[in-house]
Amino acid sequence: MTTRLVVVGNGMVGHRLLEELATLQPPDLEITVLGEETRPAYDRVHLSEFFSGKTAAELSLVAPGFFEQAGIRLRLATCATGIDRARKRVTTADGNELPYDKLVIATGSSPFVPSIPGSDRAGCLTYRTLDDLDALSEWGGRSKHGVVVGGGLLGLECAKALRDTGLETHVVEFAARLMAVQVDDSGGQMLRKAIEDLGLVVHTGRNTQRIVDGAARRHRMEFADGSHLETDLIVFSAGIRPRDELARQSELGVGQRGGIMVDNFCRTRDRDVYAIGECAQWGGKVFGLVAPGYDMARVVAKHIYALQARRPAPDLPEFAGADMSTKLKLMGVDVASIGDAHGATPGSFSYQFSDGRRQVYKKLVVSEDGKRLLGSVLVGDAADYGSLLQMMLNGMELPESPETLILPSGEGKPKPGLAVDALPASAQVCSCNNVSKGQLCEAVAAGATSLDALKQATRAGTSCGGCVPLVTQIMKAELARAGVAVNNHLCEHFAYSRQELYHLVRVERIRRFDELLARHGHGLGCDICKPVVASILASCWNEFVLQQEHASLQDSNDYFLANIQKDGSYSVVPRMAGGEVTPDGLIAIGQIARKYGLYTKLTGGQRVDMFGARLEQLPLVWEELIAAGFESGHAYGKSVRTVKSCVGSTWCRYGVQDSVRQAIDLEHRYKGLRSPHKLKFAVSGCTRECAEAQSKDVGVIATEKGWNLYVCGNGGMKPRHAELLAGDLDTATLVRYVDRFLMFYIRTADRLQRTSVWRDNLEGGMDYLRAVVIDDTLGIAAELEAEMKRVIDNYACEWKKAVSDPQVRRRFRHFVNSEAADDNVAFVPERGQLRPATREEKRSRLERIPVVVETE
Amino acid sequence: MNSNATTDGWTCVCRIGEIVPDTGVCALVAGEQVAVFRLAGDTLHAVDNIDPESGAAVLSRGLVGSLGERVVVASPIHKQHYDLRTGECLEDAALHVHAWQIRRDGEHVLIRRGER
Ligand code: SRM
Ligand SMILES: Cc1cc2nc3c(=O)[nH]c(=O)nc-3n(C[C@H](O)[C@H](O)[C@H](O)COP(=O)(O)OP(=O)(O)OC[C@H]3O[C@@H](n4cnc5c(N)ncnc54)[C@H](O)[C@@H]3O)c2cc1C
Ligand code: SF4
Ligand code: FES
Repeated sequence: MTTRLVVVGNGMVGHRLLEELATLQPPDLEITVLGEETRPAYDRVHLSEFFSGKTAAELSLVAPGFFEQAGIRLRLATCATGIDRARKRVTTADGNELPYDKLVIATGSSPFVPSIPGSDRAGCLTYRTLDDLDALSEWGGRSKHGVVVGGGLLGLECAKALRDTGLETHVVEFAARLMAVQVDDSGGQMLRKAIEDLGLVVHTGRNTQRIVDGAARRHRMEFADGSHLETDLIVFSAGIRPRDELARQSELGVGQRGGIMVDNFCRTRDRDVYAIGECAQWGGKVFGLVAPGYDMARVVAKHIYALQARRPAPDLPEFAGADMSTKLKLMGVDVASIGDAHGATPGSFSYQFSDGRRQVYKKLVVSEDGKRLLGSVLVGDAADYGSLLQMMLNGMELPESPETLILPSGEGKPKPGLAVDALPASAQVCSCNNVSKGQLCEAVAAGATSLDALKQATRAGTSCGGCVPLVTQIMKAELARAGVAVNNHLCEHFAYSRQELYHLVRVERIRRFDELLARHGHGLGCDICKPVVASILASCWNEFVLQQEHASLQDSNDYFLANIQKDGSYSVVPRMAGGEVTPDGLIAIGQIARKYGLYTKLTGGQRVDMFGARLEQLPLVWEELIAAGFESGHAYGKSVRTVKSCVGSTWCRYGVQDSVRQAIDLEHRYKGLRSPHKLKFAVSGCTRECAEAQSKDVGVIATEKGWNLYVCGNGGMKPRHAELLAGDLDTATLVRYVDRFLMFYIRTADRLQRTSVWRDNLEGGMDYLRAVVIDDTLGIAAELEAEMKRVIDNYACEWKKAVSDPQVRRRFRHFVNSEAADDNVAFVPERGQLRPATREEKRSRLERIPVVVETE
Repeated sequence: MNSNATTDGWTCVCRIGEIVPDTGVCALVAGEQVAVFRLAGDTLHAVDNIDPESGAAVLSRGLVGSLGERVVVASPIHKQHYDLRTGECLEDAALHVHAWQIRRDGEHVLIRRGER
């Protein structure tokens, strides 16, 4: 007989249950799902990314066609309002009754809104669903100032999201410190500083008594200590409460502090009713994280399967509690808490390290005998979260002096870190998806030799992503064990990595490709190694890229100092440092573009691009541009592109420093610098960040006291926020750090590796980078600066050299034996300018031209 | 057009010194565009200039080099490699260009249509 299963709630955990069931396919099961929201399940964990551009569709957890294929009936916008356990029926808000044989409650939780007078005013919001976010965007658009009530994990995440939408944002916390549950006092202080650096204002120890009409803004919050705060909108993020209404009404048994009580199989006191996820309470605890919920979903799916299959199942999985270690996922603020963070275990003692300047705080809680890790707090640098967590979870033996785990590594000495080999095969590496080290090793052995393949094969790393570094480490170790050499040779002509070649060039003072090939390579070279060597030579010696012995190494774009387009024509991009251009400059560009019939467009890099120049026109166009005072913009090279700026303190009423001048100075300093990949900069005049500096390889943001320097961000395929390298720098120090940072990158990066990817591969991460750039732990800072000076001193505009060198100029002809133009380039008008003709348009045009008959 | 056709079908397209070593130039031969390359040791190669993948007349502007035993040019548009001796495309058998006959007469570089 068919069993009717009703699932109430299509949230993260409820949906995971459906996925598990769809995989197991228990016989004779008919599933109906009731979801109160208007959308099927979506990724709440990454909800905040909605504000950084993720769409509701991208957040969806439902694979296309999932419900249809699995034969599951889904009723959205349907709220279950009651359970009649005697008649085995669920009633819904629209008055329907639904019979069930088995029932799973997966109703999650709701944000806790303290019942203070005024907390239900319009413009008082919560932060849990996509609808909440819509409301927040709506109100946010009409507001300048926002308050988040609650300084916990969610509250801070929400506050950062508000701040990112441009509101002045305050966090009001009842306790004496932020993230009181996870972090201790010292960590809390460091965290506060980091949060304030994000531009948030923090109020701790504030007890809101009531909310009334404000004088200057919509609301006025009145606190118990007599102080008050006015704001336009308020978001409550002061904890969550399990949604156990259905259980209360049907007397299923609810814990004292809420949550539907369940046993190890997640069954309630009614054998036919289960509860999973945040609405459930097990062992006196409610788990406000997704991983334990997923675990419960697995347990219930297996249980139902066993019942349906009517087979004895001796080793059914049981829910056994969960580790509540957490990591805050705020860009630029690393905070993590592992296990017994407060050292509550009797006899335990702790190690602490703090660095006030770099705002790093780390604490280890260790067992009485000093052998096991019990807990940890990491603020400012949580890179070791994964390995420490594994040490704690697997009860691994600590090194002789445990403090080395949190002390910065000095003088290039590697930290004792976690040897992945020491992890037992049973160690759970991905807690979201319950993947063990053993499973990962098996998958690697079965052929999953890249991270993507491994993710696909095991699901590890596909939810919160927290385990990815460890998964990668395990994969690499397994590959190495299997003898799969991960070869980093540049190409068949050089058995060296880019970094090694760079070193050879520097040390042996090699100045020509031929020389390098003769000494260290073989064959003729190719389109991989030639441009790389050309770039290395340019980074080291900065000679004219088109001089005879370098010319043949250049990628086509560098060879003609312009970007080739799909039809073989070129684009021309003059430098406009900082995005600043005079009216005369604009007029000159307009006149030149009109004269040569070029299509013009403003680029994303704050300058003007002119498209559709034929090869032979390039020197002519450039002659005129140079006469008008322009120089090469290096849009064609793997080199410094632009330094974007905002208008800054000169005009803007919020600007605190002259960002335009700084941008122009930086652009002129580094223009022409060639590098493993392109380099982009930006400078903003205040924390409003109109120049988007945090999406650049080098981002500079003005502060009251100087400049904050961010590095290793980018847009492009995999957008990445830049990270703070150092704060409140004066201009001289800023420039010194940028010199060092860039040259260190140029020295050590792989071919076509942007700074973000380079940073991800840098052992020791940001800490190490700071140590090298700021503390000069490698003792190479002076060298790096001198190398940069050499490049800067040797700068000359390539186009100026090209147009004044008749040899070079001769190469800018389409035909070696004719002055004719390339008749294969053809344009058609569009929106008042020109664009390349399509193949079809060319064909119809060519058909009208008489065919040339060849006579032999 | 200043290419001089000779009676046996060879056309002089330029002087060797007009090609930067290890690069190419484009020559116009009876209305057709031909990419002419000068490699190390002054060996010469010629293939059609139009890249069949993009339709752009650009092969003469590609980087030259070797891949195993083959001598190749990489199209500047999407980097397919064409064998300079045979015109084959290494990435996609459906794409290929015509390889022209080429020889040197003193300083002069001469090319001729027909199989090599
Ligand atoms: C012209 C421009 C688009 C526009 O009309 O606005 C442009 C055009 C091209 N971009 Fe871009 N990018 C332009 C701004 C950007 C930006 C925005 C910015 O710089 O603020 C980005 C994202 C930011 C970033 O790079 O981090 C951007 C990310 C890319 C990427 C992806 C890089 C990545 O790391 O994922 C590529 C591909 C690459 O470099 O490998 C690319 C490559 C290209 C190339 C060079 C592709 C090519 O080889 O033909 C395009 C040719 C430009 C030309 O012919 O002049 N372009 N490109 C912009 C020129 C800016 C300038 O003044 O120099
Ligand atoms: C902004 C944010 C960030 C987070 N970050 C993290 C993180 O980094 N790591 C982590 O582990 N966790 C995080 N969480 C928590 C995580 O999202 C939850 O643990 C997880 O969603 C719990 O899943 P659930 O299915 O139990 O509840 P939910 O996902 O809330 O799903 C419950 C669903 O049931 C529906 N429902 C409720 N009552 C009824 C009813 N009577 N009838 C019909 N439907 C009903 C609800 O509308 C909801 O759609 C975050 C949460 C938020 C809001
Ligand atoms: S970032 Fe620039 S434009 Fe924006 S407010 Fe600050 S100074 Fe003004
Ligand atoms: S631990 Fe969350 S994805 Fe692996």
